[in-house]
Amino acid sequence: MIFQFDILLQQLINGVVLGSVYALVALGYTMVYGILGLINFAHGDVVMIGAMTALTIATTLQTVAPDMPNALVLLVAIAGAAPVCMVLGFTIERVAYRPLRNAPRLAPLITAIGISMVLQAAAMMIWGRNYFTFPELLPHHPIDVFGATITPVQIAIVGLAASLMAGLTLMVNRTRLGRAMRATAENQPVAALMGVNINGIISLTFIIGSALGCIAGVMVAANYSIAHYYMGFVLGLKAFIAAVLGGIGNLQGAMLGGLLLGLIESLGAGYMGYLTGGFLGSHYQDVLAFIVLIIVLTFRPSGLMGERIAERA
Amino acid sequence: MLGHLKRHPLAKWAGLLLVAAALLLLPFAVGRVGGPAWVRVLDFALLYVMLALGLNIVVGFAGLLDLGYIAFYAVGAYSYALLASPHFGLHLPIWVLLPVGAVIAALFGVLLGAPVLRLRGDYLAIVTLGFGEIIRIFLNNLNAPVNITNGPQGISRIDPLTIGDFALTKSQTFWGITFSGVHWHYYFFLFLALLTIFICMRLEDSRIGRAWVAIREDEVAAKAMGINTRNIKLLAFAMGATFGGVAGGLFAGFQGFVSPESFILMESIVVLCAVVLGGMGNIPGVIIGAIILATLPDLLRYTIMPAQQYLFGHQVIDPEVLRTLLFGLALVLVMLFRPAGLWPSQVRKRELAR
Repeated sequence: MIFQFDILLQQLINGVVLGSVYALVALGYTMVYGILGLINFAHGDVVMIGAMTALTIATTLQTVAPDMPNALVLLVAIAGAAPVCMVLGFTIERVAYRPLRNAPRLAPLITAIGISMVLQAAAMMIWGRNYFTFPELLPHHPIDVFGATITPVQIAIVGLAASLMAGLTLMVNRTRLGRAMRATAENQPVAALMGVNINGIISLTFIIGSALGCIAGVMVAANYSIAHYYMGFVLGLKAFIAAVLGGIGNLQGAMLGGLLLGLIESLGAGYMGYLTGGFLGSHYQDVLAFIVLIIVLTFRPSGLMGERIAERA
Repeated sequence: MLGHLKRHPLAKWAGLLLVAAALLLLPFAVGRVGGPAWVRVLDFALLYVMLALGLNIVVGFAGLLDLGYIAFYAVGAYSYALLASPHFGLHLPIWVLLPVGAVIAALFGVLLGAPVLRLRGDYLAIVTLGFGEIIRIFLNNLNAPVNITNGPQGISRIDPLTIGDFALTKSQTFWGITFSGVHWHYYFFLFLALLTIFICMRLEDSRIGRAWVAIREDEVAAKAMGINTRNIKLLAFAMGATFGGVAGGLFAGFQGFVSPESFILMESIVVLCAVVLGGMGNIPGVIIGAIILATLPDLLRYTIMPAQQYLFGHQVIDPEVLRTLLFGLALVLVMLFRPAGLWPSQVRKRELAR
């Protein structure tokens, strides 16, 4: 009785929506990791800044130009927030990571945590610590699909995420720039000898990752109609886990990992209560992601699609 | 001239005596200047010293980045709270409570360490971070269907720290000087902090301590020298967790109340800040770092806030926000400009000078 088709379908839809957001954010982690071997802890907070900036732009536009069509407002908000995140990503790399490229491994990790805190403090100073309602720019009215429902926002999220990921894959695999990125990830000194501008490519990686993260942030805020200074933390963490699940450093892996994690979480939240006889309810949803992480790291540290990474402390 | 004094055999003892007298009188001096609230801050600073020294074993000595250290503090605090409060009707003595907290925390340390220690350092950071969050989520939600942790309300009316028959919260007057609860706690915490420092110093010079440093410097080489890297790393985790657990128990007894609120990620990061800021792996540096970080929020509250009122007429930056900002900046700036910390250990200095 519990596994009714419409409930299952609903959980699957929710999972795919959640998963596409995770996948977009995970791309930011995995691209940076692929090239620098560094976890960019501040990425989640860049995502948050993107969502908050977009929110400010959207609400301002709605008061200044109330006649503007909603879809256009959303586009302008994203177009305004993405450059902010790109500049942020570029600056973070220049200030906090580049000077430490040859330092012990612990050093850039610690600056990353520092940057993450600075971004959160900045967000608290600019926007305060309140929760903001993200304006309803795309209709939220549910559409019936075989007994389950999906909203236009969710359709837009999945569609946009899929096209962005397809675009990124094409860029990395087919263009000159993408080849330079792959070369840098493979072997930096040799790529430099072949005439690749290493620093430029690394900056570009951060810029692209931040732009994707920004869009993901707007998606999350639009889907849940809420945004606040702390939203980046959990989102970033989940996305990182998705990247590890798929095999960190691998683009397709990040997409697969994101989708899988989204599905695991949404199915878990839906059925955990039944499966454990009511002992563990849906508020343990966040624990699930970490359990996935620990299982992956224990049994297949290279992730689903990753190459084996040499062990090094 | 100072060098001449230093060589004198009595100078060392005189110096030690001076430091001891200063430490004993400190709560009264602080109380006179700032009131009893500041003596309380001092007590917390000592707890932070213990915590930071524990984390220093993991991060500083063994070079394993642990972002969920506060979880062990939470485990210690909750074991104390559950075994010495009306919540379960248990009231065990401190001789049982603190060791039990330490052992449980150490078990959690091994539990966490075992599956992840063979991984690269940055994975470890994320897993430990996740572990810290898991513990907090469980503390928050284990009030149903069986009420174990009392959920977000936390556990209150915890027994005070009691040595023999003497509760440390009691006020007593000797020779016209009133020793209140904060003073007794100060002396008790001071004793335990000194014990922690002593243990850490002995550990640093021991076979195990050298093995930790060897692993931090080069794991492959350490393995080649016959060090069982996995066990030694596990030991670092367990040792660090033990200190965290004891400090947590003290916190629960001192505060009389614990709730999941006290064990958020930010707290882990504050302790990490103390270790990084002071100088990873250097005991005096870590102590200084812990004291700075523990007193900073209150210092800010009493200095920056009135200054803002005076300058702008209203509060511009919330003290909590300012704290986050300053800690974040401190982590970045220290790593960029003084990667070995404010008071670097000699080995670390050499290592980073390359």
